[in-house]
Amino acid sequence: MKNKTLLALLVVLGLGLAGCASQNEKPAAVTEGAGQGAETSGAGEQPGATGTALDGDKTSSADLLGKRRVYFAFDSSAVDDESRGIIEAHATYLAAHPQTKVVLEGHTDERGTREYNLALGERRGQAVERMMRTLGVTGDRVKVTSYGEEKPVATGHDESSWRLNRRVEILY
Amino acid sequence: MKVLAKTSVRGALLLTGLVLMFWSLTARSILTIEITQSLDVGMPIAIVPFGWEGTSKPPQDVSAVIEADLARSGHFRIQPKKDYLSAPHVQKDVIFKDWRRLLKTEALVIGKMRQIGPDKYRVEFRLYDVFKETQLAGYEFDVPASGLRMVAHQFSDIIFEKLTGEPGVFNTRIAYITKEGIPRRGVMFRLQVADSDGYNPITILSSAEPLMSPSWSPDGKRLAYVSFEKKRTMLFVQNVTDSTRTLIAEFKGNNSAPAWSPDGTRLALTLSKDGNAEIYVMRLADRSLTRITDNPAIDTEPAWSPDGQHIIFTSARSGGPQIFRVSAQGGTPQRLTFEGDYNARASYSADGRMLTLITRSAGIFHTAVMDLKTSALQVLTDTSLDESPSFAPNGRIILYATIVQGRGVLASVSSDGRVRQLLKLQEGDVREPAWSPFNR
Repeated sequence: MKNKTLLALLVVLGLGLAGCASQNEKPAAVTEGAGQGAETSGAGEQPGATGTALDGDKTSSADLLGKRRVYFAFDSSAVDDESRGIIEAHATYLAAHPQTKVVLEGHTDERGTREYNLALGERRGQAVERMMRTLGVTGDRVKVTSYGEEKPVATGHDESSWRLNRRVEILY
Repeated sequence: MKVLAKTSVRGALLLTGLVLMFWSLTARSILTIEITQSLDVGMPIAIVPFGWEGTSKPPQDVSAVIEADLARSGHFRIQPKKDYLSAPHVQKDVIFKDWRRLLKTEALVIGKMRQIGPDKYRVEFRLYDVFKETQLAGYEFDVPASGLRMVAHQFSDIIFEKLTGEPGVFNTRIAYITKEGIPRRGVMFRLQVADSDGYNPITILSSAEPLMSPSWSPDGKRLAYVSFEKKRTMLFVQNVTDSTRTLIAEFKGNNSAPAWSPDGTRLALTLSKDGNAEIYVMRLADRSLTRITDNPAIDTEPAWSPDGQHIIFTSARSGGPQIFRVSAQGGTPQRLTFEGDYNARASYSADGRMLTLITRSAGIFHTAVMDLKTSALQVLTDTSLDESPSFAPNGRIILYATIVQGRGVLASVSSDGRVRQLLKLQEGDVREPAWSPFNR
């Protein structure tokens, strides 16, 4: 009897935890963007909704603006063609909205060493920053930060998670 | 024979208060050790359960702590107690020939504990060479209950050194980072310090944002680390006992990878204040910075040679990350690793002859050692996703972080690869271990 109650409690706690963890990664990122004072410009995201960058396959610029994450190959900060389209859409928007500040937050997967990954995440952010600057996002309103491998969005230990974690988040 | 040196346990009392304060936080966060590989070939040793004179139960089974230490080291084979013919606590009751003939034991540990005050215990330890019938070591300690594990570790160190010729590392501590999910509050990161066997964990910092890269000062009194508490990297130095801390670096960009110089006066660190990750040396007295590297690729993860003359670091200047060495004054770095396409986060053994580092082999990230004379790289682990390796202060064990069954755990391997252990939390992940220097 006692064991069953305990088990039920553990299950509830476990679910609570899992829910909490997944809810928490994203709002944390969104809040940070909000801290820069531009939460409502986020292309119609529902606050608290998960799956931010995953909806829709259409390629209008509004859809590209809905994508807030660009992805990278292992130990690379090279921007691929798909990412280029997303970065261009955001750069165009930001060039037209000179008051909007943007944070480019670089992340890596868990492989390799933590301090190296912290530097690698920064390089990814800087790669996106360089592209944005050449596209007319000027001044000191672009800020690059890195969390290295410390804030994964997917917590598995294989490529299906790793590819989602090697990313730059475009936050404004 | 009363060479019984009285050793004080300075610090033990001070720590007790902190342990109690953080007990509720850390009750579930005690590291437990699981020996995953051990060879049954060590020196046979018998450890007689200690005698006890007191009104209630002894507050700590000190002989059990010694036994666990010695068993874990991989250098000893503990003789099973059921085979003991007697249970001596003092020398006059020791019949050496019984231990020698029937148990074929080479060394014998006996001792006793007595309550001598409200929270004061006198512990007496003796180590004998069974063949020569001589005492190799004898010590007596007066300690509060909170100091009993510490004196047991101290005597384990004495036993280890008398029997192997090398200093033990039982009475040292480890620092590490834990990450635990907290219902309704998200994730909690903690910087903790515990005894080398995982007991007495103290949380010295908690944060909802990541903590990274703990690094011990050479005197074992301070830890440098990186905190994201303001959503960007800041580098702090914190006093381990009283938890006061100093902000050391908050430049634009990353402030990361602190490493103390062997003399404790400088920190090597990685800053990207000028746009790219470079190694600097900061003199702590005046915070002055000397830039050590200048290369457009990533340079990070500095570590000092034990003589303070060189800094080794990870650099991507030749493509993938590799280990380089440079004079601590700066200059032209020299590449040290050539085997494999990913070698990172190297650090020296105390004798300066070996490096431990992370190497990728067939896509798997392993802890390895490299002999600096031959440049031969030897993979030591069968785990994957290894990180953050470092030598124990006696150079005999390497402690690192890895993933086992989806959980972040600490693992240790003897530098010859024979003995392996895992240190796990009941819940959550543990990572980034840093072994303290010898307790002096």
